[in-house]
Amino acid sequence: MSTPPPTAPPRPRLRRYTATGEVYGVCAGLGVRLGIDPALLRIAFVVAATTGGLGFLLYGLAVIFVPRAPGQPEVPPDRDWRKLLGLVLLATAGLTLLGRLGVWWGEAMTWPVLLAGTGLAVLYGPGSPASGGLRDRLRGGVREGLRGSRLDRLRGRRDDEDEVPGEGTGRALIGGLLVLAAGLAFLQATGRLAATGRALGGILVVLVVLALVLGPWVVRLLRTLTAERRERIRSQERAEMAAHLHDSVLQTLTLIQRRADDPATVSTLARKQERELRGWLTGERQDAPADTVAAALRTAAESIEDQFAVTIDLVTVGDRPLDDRLVAVIAAAREAMLNAARFAGDEPISVFLDVTPKDVEVFVRDRGPGFDLDTVPADRHGVRESIIGRMARHGGEATVQPGPGVGTEIALRMGCPA
Amino acid sequence: MPGVSPGSRVRVLLVDDHALLRAGVRAEIAGAVDVVGEAGTVAEAVALIAAERPEVVLLDVHMPDGGGLAVLRGVAAQEPPVRFLALSVSDAAEDVIALIRAGARGYVTKAISGPDLVAAIRRVADGDAVFSPRLAGFVLDAFKDGDDGPPPAPATAAPATDLDAGAVTDDQDIDRLTPREREVLRFIARGYMYKEVALRLGISAKTVETHVSAVLRKLQLSSRHELTRWANERQLLDE
Repeated sequence: MSTPPPTAPPRPRLRRYTATGEVYGVCAGLGVRLGIDPALLRIAFVVAATTGGLGFLLYGLAVIFVPRAPGQPEVPPDRDWRKLLGLVLLATAGLTLLGRLGVWWGEAMTWPVLLAGTGLAVLYGPGSPASGGLRDRLRGGVREGLRGSRLDRLRGRRDDEDEVPGEGTGRALIGGLLVLAAGLAFLQATGRLAATGRALGGILVVLVVLALVLGPWVVRLLRTLTAERRERIRSQERAEMAAHLHDSVLQTLTLIQRRADDPATVSTLARKQERELRGWLTGERQDAPADTVAAALRTAAESIEDQFAVTIDLVTVGDRPLDDRLVAVIAAAREAMLNAARFAGDEPISVFLDVTPKDVEVFVRDRGPGFDLDTVPADRHGVRESIIGRMARHGGEATVQPGPGVGTEIALRMGCPA
Repeated sequence: MPGVSPGSRVRVLLVDDHALLRAGVRAEIAGAVDVVGEAGTVAEAVALIAAERPEVVLLDVHMPDGGGLAVLRGVAAQEPPVRFLALSVSDAAEDVIALIRAGARGYVTKAISGPDLVAAIRRVADGDAVFSPRLAGFVLDAFKDGDDGPPPAPATAAPATDLDAGAVTDDQDIDRLTPREREVLRFIARGYMYKEVALRLGISAKTVETHVSAVLRKLQLSSRHELTRWANERQLLDE
């Protein structure tokens, strides 16, 4: 526990701190109020509860009358086993108290009630299957299953979502057994076990017969339900896809028909649409900021394709997160692609990114008429400053040389210290 | 009967489930090659290949009923051999690699120009491999982590001659590319044509083709885990 500050501030009012508390935050609150370690208070409460029942009474009253501190959750966050322990202790205390007060139906009842209480707590406590935990997990499973690409989903690749969380089943089993044990203990205590046993035997036989008769039907029903749900999810996907196709693809097609006499616009539109559709189908690059070299280079290439109506054939090998030096490489590569786009003509521009642990290389090659760096006027900053100068400033290098036969190739290289 | 005598037109079969695309490709290449048929389904393709005995099959990677992979598996080994060139809009490396491993002699994207496609078809008909820049990138990626160690180099330290493209015989060598092969692939990824690569490296275009064919063979024989994984995933999904 943290020591209170020396300049004793006005003591905080008594509030329950459910977030830090063990059961309902009473001891934690008292600890704050009195400046005592709540663990001591907890022990005191437990002792008081089990010896005289007073602790139980006080705790119950405190839970009812002491308000929660602001910002504290209504129910303590998941602390299953501790809370369980607390509840068991409370139950014991309660029973003891009732015994002291004379409102008592005999020692025989203590164990059955305790067992039943614990069992029910296991069954319906926080995070248990019956309290929505199972539902959440199932939903989680479906969401997990939906995480693949849209194509995968439409192809039905993710059909094997696991829907039987073992933990939930285990809890249900334990809880059920505890409650069952409680029932047996009660029957034994009241001396009616044998009679009930015979009656139960009959019921059991009937139940087994029913299970044999109805079991397959129930299983089939459950399967159908699961299948239906999957189908529903998939048809939702299809509807979403149809909507998307309608919104973007059909509109682009309309635009293309209208601008059919303008090849440059048509190919720009088609390329843009293709890219969008591809990204959408594979579930990648949905407007996420480019934070790796390959992604950043792709973004740059795409914007130049749109701007200049050229085709950039981008091939990447390897990838790594962007840093300052690599941002400079991307900027230089962008300039190189711009340069190529101006000279390329109709021929596609080839861009190759090779990322190795040692360095990052980018090659930008066009098949245009080519140009001679020495004949470029000194006041043109494009190549000399934005590419060569920039790479040099960041510790890399850039070369410009004519391609074999035709065109120009700009090569960028940046070493990457490990 | 290897090779195609100059002047004779290559017999080509188009396999793609989109009629529009088949028509487009046909219009682009019909002047230079002999399109002997079109198939829109896997079953049709297998039947037509058996009936027409084309030299080259232009094969779509993605089709219903298993795609190009199913066609490759459906066609029994024949003599003279039918050669496959994969044609796809797909960007997925595993799809393309799986097709190459199943026996396709090359991969080009559907964006390829008509003359380039004709050149690729002729090359495949001659028994050579056709690597688009993209495929070169995939292969470099797939063989990547083998090359960070010391290069197993002495063989290629010698000046490049047409002899350094020796056949792949050694089992260990199947899992890695020689520095020369890597160099060639990098040039292809940079957008170089074979003859441009040859010009840059000071070797003959034929040697470049030998290197590329060697890479193709490694791709098909290698048991590197990336490749195996890709292939297995495809198989599991197809069965």
